Amino acid sequence: MKMITAYIQPKRLDSVRQVLSDIDINGVSVTEVKGFGRQKGHTELYRGAEYVVEFLPKVKLEIAITDEQVEEVIETISTACKINGGKIGDGKIFVTNLEQVVRIRTNESGPEAL
Amino acid sequence: MENQILELQYAIDTFYFLVMGALVMWMAAGFSMLEAGLVRSKNTAEILTKNIGLFAIACTMYMVYGYDLMYGGGAFLSGISGQGETYSNASDFYFQVVFVATAMSIVSGAVAERMKLFTFFAFAIIFTTIIYPLEGSWTWGGKDVFGLYNLGDFGFYDFAGSGIVHMAGAAAAIAGVIVLGPRKGKYDKDGNSKPILGANLPLATLGTFILWLGWFGFNGGSVLAMASKESADAVAMVFVNTNAAAAGGVIAALIFAKLWFGKADLTMTLNGALAGLVAITAGPDTPSALVASLIGAVGGVIVVISIVMLDRKLKIDDPVGAISVHGVVGLWGLLAVPLTNSEVPFSGQIIGATTIFIWVFVTSFLLWLALKALIGIRVSKEEEEDGVDISECGLEAYPEFVVK
Repeated sequence: MKMITAYIQPKRLDSVRQVLSDIDINGVSVTEVKGFGRQKGHTELYRGAEYVVEFLPKVKLEIAITDEQVEEVIETISTACKINGGKIGDGKIFVTNLEQVVRIRTNESGPEAL
Repeated sequence: MENQILELQYAIDTFYFLVMGALVMWMAAGFSMLEAGLVRSKNTAEILTKNIGLFAIACTMYMVYGYDLMYGGGAFLSGISGQGETYSNASDFYFQVVFVATAMSIVSGAVAERMKLFTFFAFAIIFTTIIYPLEGSWTWGGKDVFGLYNLGDFGFYDFAGSGIVHMAGAAAAIAGVIVLGPRKGKYDKDGNSKPILGANLPLATLGTFILWLGWFGFNGGSVLAMASKESADAVAMVFVNTNAAAAGGVIAALIFAKLWFGKADLTMTLNGALAGLVAITAGPDTPSALVASLIGAVGGVIVVISIVMLDRKLKIDDPVGAISVHGVVGLWGLLAVPLTNSEVPFSGQIIGATTIFIWVFVTSFLLWLALKALIGIRVSKEEEEDGVDISECGLEAYPEFVVK
């Protein structure tokens, strides 16, 4: 099993949720986060003075899936999150190993609990 | 029959005066919203308390002594309850008292986010009892300046108060900002200006529109009469010119900021509207509507340059731009009068502006220094970081933002 952690543009959340349910992903956790990557923030203008917004708002998705689903999920998320064929700030996807999953209600564990 | 017409005229003029005064009173709401929008949310409750508090102090102290100093009539209005010549004496007090509050409101925004609330109120008491009324007595009151000279002899003309009200308020404000210093974090260790963002631009915009509305009373009421064909024509022209100047200020500030900064700058545009209004206030009676637009437009350009220069070069931290809007553009308004009014000499305008500025600036500066020595002028560094809402008012303006 794998844990997908994806940081995406907040404005892409709706379309990502849509395409993930199209490929039968049953659970996603969403957190609003702030941070910076290569983009190092961006500049805005107030009363004639530019200032740097150093931490940009992003949305963090956490999705637990089976090993077989990994390629499809990555493909789906990155397609939905590329803006105009790919732009700085589109986001990043991390894949980590997931040792165990337990469904609290039934005590099922492993892939059945996903 | 003639007597009845005179009585009707008296009633109409008084009625007009009172309604215009009520419009000016509403400007207090405009200043409150503008300032609440341009400070950070942690300082909102305090700026609102300051605005309603200063309004009440101005109304009370002007009644106690200010009006007597400016126009006579005795302390506590003891001598003014009777019938006036063309309108009720009480309506004159009412119209004048809301002007005092306007002048005082100008100060509150410039010193926002770091001054002790009750130090500000103490200043407001002296400003509205003595500093403003004495200066007003030399201008609208017609009295000699300390028995030395009379501004009327020089031809000084300030229709509704570009100098007497707006520049005077700004002179007190800049003295306060110099004594008080900039907000924490406004300038880095190299002295570079850092923007501190206003919390609520819809409120700032609403405030600007309220001020624009109130200004019809401010300038329109200053015709002082309505119940004749001549005065009705004059009032209509003043309304048209006031509106035209505000529009000119907006357009000029919007275009100028776009050319300079590359973007439409909303808060500069809002200041542009107010700059147009301040610019036309000294002489809304003589220009054509087109010329009024141009006078306002020049004000709109001046205000953008002035805000940037004060902020970056002179290190004067004025969160709402009050010193530029009311002071620098107020001076422009006074100097613009001779362009359309041949009876007003430039020299008289300069002497008047200098007299007002020196008196208000010097007395305000000394008063701020005295208050600093006696009761302190600035909240502590910790209190400023936490926001003056907590330290001065003990609450937060938006408590729902806090996780309980």
